[in-house]
Amino acid sequence: MNKPSESPSFLSLFAKQERVYPKRVSGKFRNLKWIAMVVCLAIYYLAPFIRWDRGPYAPDQAILIDLPARRAYWFWIEIWPQEVYILTGLLILAAIVLFFVTSMFGRVWCGYFCFQTIWTDLFVWVERIVQGDRNKRKRLREGKWTFEKTWKVALTHTLWLIIAWWTAGSFVLYFNDAPTLVKSFFTGDVSTVVLGFIGGLTFMTYMMAGFAREQVCTFMCPYARFQSAMFDKDTLIIGYDETRGEPRGKHKKGESWDGLGDCVDCSLCVQVCPTGIDIRKGLQMECIACGLCADACDTTMEKVGLPLGLIKYDTERRIEERAAGKKESPIKLLRPRTILYTLVLSLVGGAMLYTLVMRPPFEMNVLHDRNPLFVKLSNGDIRNGYRIKVLNKTHQHQTFALSLRGLEGAAIRLNSPTQQDLKHLYVRAGHVGQFKVFVQAAAPAESPKEFSFTLTNEHGTEAEVTTVFVSQRPND
Amino acid sequence: MSKKDHSQLHQHEHAPDIDKVSGVETTGHEWDGLKELNNPLPRWWLWVFLACCIWAAWFVFQRPMWPTHRGVENYTQFKELAESQAQIRARQNAYLERFSDASLDEIMADAELYNFALAGGNAVFKENCATCHGTGAEGNIGGYPNLNDDDWLWGGKVTDIYQTIHSGIRDTAHTMETRISAMPAFGVDNILPREDIQTLTDFVSKLHEGEDLTAHAGYKIFQENCATCHGADGKGGREVGAPNLADEIWLFGGSREQIFRSIYNPRMGMMPAWRYRLDENTLKQLAVYVHQLGGGEK
Repeated sequence: MNKPSESPSFLSLFAKQERVYPKRVSGKFRNLKWIAMVVCLAIYYLAPFIRWDRGPYAPDQAILIDLPARRAYWFWIEIWPQEVYILTGLLILAAIVLFFVTSMFGRVWCGYFCFQTIWTDLFVWVERIVQGDRNKRKRLREGKWTFEKTWKVALTHTLWLIIAWWTAGSFVLYFNDAPTLVKSFFTGDVSTVVLGFIGGLTFMTYMMAGFAREQVCTFMCPYARFQSAMFDKDTLIIGYDETRGEPRGKHKKGESWDGLGDCVDCSLCVQVCPTGIDIRKGLQMECIACGLCADACDTTMEKVGLPLGLIKYDTERRIEERAAGKKESPIKLLRPRTILYTLVLSLVGGAMLYTLVMRPPFEMNVLHDRNPLFVKLSNGDIRNGYRIKVLNKTHQHQTFALSLRGLEGAAIRLNSPTQQDLKHLYVRAGHVGQFKVFVQAAAPAESPKEFSFTLTNEHGTEAEVTTVFVSQRPND
Repeated sequence: MSKKDHSQLHQHEHAPDIDKVSGVETTGHEWDGLKELNNPLPRWWLWVFLACCIWAAWFVFQRPMWPTHRGVENYTQFKELAESQAQIRARQNAYLERFSDASLDEIMADAELYNFALAGGNAVFKENCATCHGTGAEGNIGGYPNLNDDDWLWGGKVTDIYQTIHSGIRDTAHTMETRISAMPAFGVDNILPREDIQTLTDFVSKLHEGEDLTAHAGYKIFQENCATCHGADGKGGREVGAPNLADEIWLFGGSREQIFRSIYNPRMGMMPAWRYRLDENTLKQLAVYVHQLGGGEK
């Protein structure tokens, strides 16, 4: 250490990461965390293999983002590039859910469901199996390099890398047909792009869950910071009951409790904390609200025969009331803020649902020719050109009929030397058909004159698009 | 080094401002009562920063960052362009062989070749033809025909269009196969007196109305002087490129002044024989492209 009189060395200006060795704990929150972890990991690793029959002209993978074909599939939902607004809606929905859950239950997302938390938990679990619990791991790390240390560290890192590789590989499966890719991975027939992604994501998973861990939550994660903006006095937080616990001190069985609070200063809550903080100092930025300290404290309280819940999910209001000696009010989940979030949530969710349910099976886009805007023909008639795109969003090949409304005496013709008539525009399943049509009519009194194209599918469902017929230069 | 040690570092310089809650020295910066703590950055942040610096230094060498340096892999955007052009050519070649063997009629009947012709024709048209005919092939009053309409001077079949592009119009400097026609200058060369030309102008400007003009004073003059090329009914003749005078489309304008001028001292446009500038496949692509603009005939 530098003496105050010396100028500090450059490195000393940067704080070394204090290694956290979370101790094993059991209890109801730990059990919840195990369940959340297993469910989330199972979904993540297995979901790409779920099949979903969409007929012969679409992939049969339930969840698939097909980048080359620009399609995203989620069970019965299919998103085209024209519908990215659904993705926007999804992101808005996710944001509101986060706000809603945060204002109700605090940072439970961080503690139970965030991938950083889950993979860190998984990596710590591996570390514990190979190297032992907290003290053993600490001793091993701080000790000299022996044969035992070498093989234990090597095994830990090998297992981490295997998990990281599997994680990266599973990510890539969401963008490719999973069984095919898995097969081609073992025959060595994988593109460099896929290998690049697997390599990069393996490295990131290994670094983030193996080394960075709580540093990600404390220093990198923006959610962690802006979630505090959603906190109020009734938000669930992990709270240490100071009035009951203090003054803390060691207590031997059979001795008197005089002058002592309930906290026996066993420091288990600090030892199990995955972010390495002391919850007894109060709510801190690093706390991910996982509740493991509550589990640890309950274990101790059971042993010494005191009531449980010295550390528990609590609210700031209740902590303040206890400190002031008042009667504590019950936890209030229904508050103006949560009611508002519920309303917004159901509004956006309803709009999303409506959009998805009402998604038409086909769509028509009409593009009026701009150059030339119109053509005068030898008999004095005016002709306009239109590029018509027909989006067949079904998984069957379809034919459509095109007609027009609202333009008197107009004749419509398809500009193609080979293609079928206007009553049978053929569009392949899941494809966009492009057709060039000419509309010819005697010059109407007004220019531009509004009229509309009507597209009818085999079942008689119509799509109508309004466009214009131009017969004069705009500035004439 | 702990936070406390760090806060002592500057103690001898000035009295540090210590935050009461955290016990950490502040930077002395304050906004609305909030003070910025002078917590140290994590050390891994420093390593990441240094790694980025090293990567940046390497990147400068890896890429062509200054004019004389070509990068490690001799990368240039010109090279990238040449490579992607080569790829496109390779893809085109898959069609080109079939395309060059196919006749114009076969191309029109084959959707794949047809679309290939349109894509190529569209690009080539804008490079070569748009100067006179406009980017939308809308033409220009004054001798540059609109290629979108259904009025053709020399024929609107795809083979006619091909011939026009191939050998040009009045391009006698290059080839005698070119399409040639000439209208006499009735006024300048004193073929008709001025009054007759005025009568004729009135007659021609009424042709498109479709009424019986046999009683018109210009009828006899027209039959004697113009009908050989433009036809007895004034509907033109494509063998000699004589415009249809009974329709709504005027190459040099349809007002009386413009029609008078066209009879008195006619102007005749010229189109190059493109076979001296473009290859056979391109000519075919252009013919198909122009044909599908809207006026193509079967």
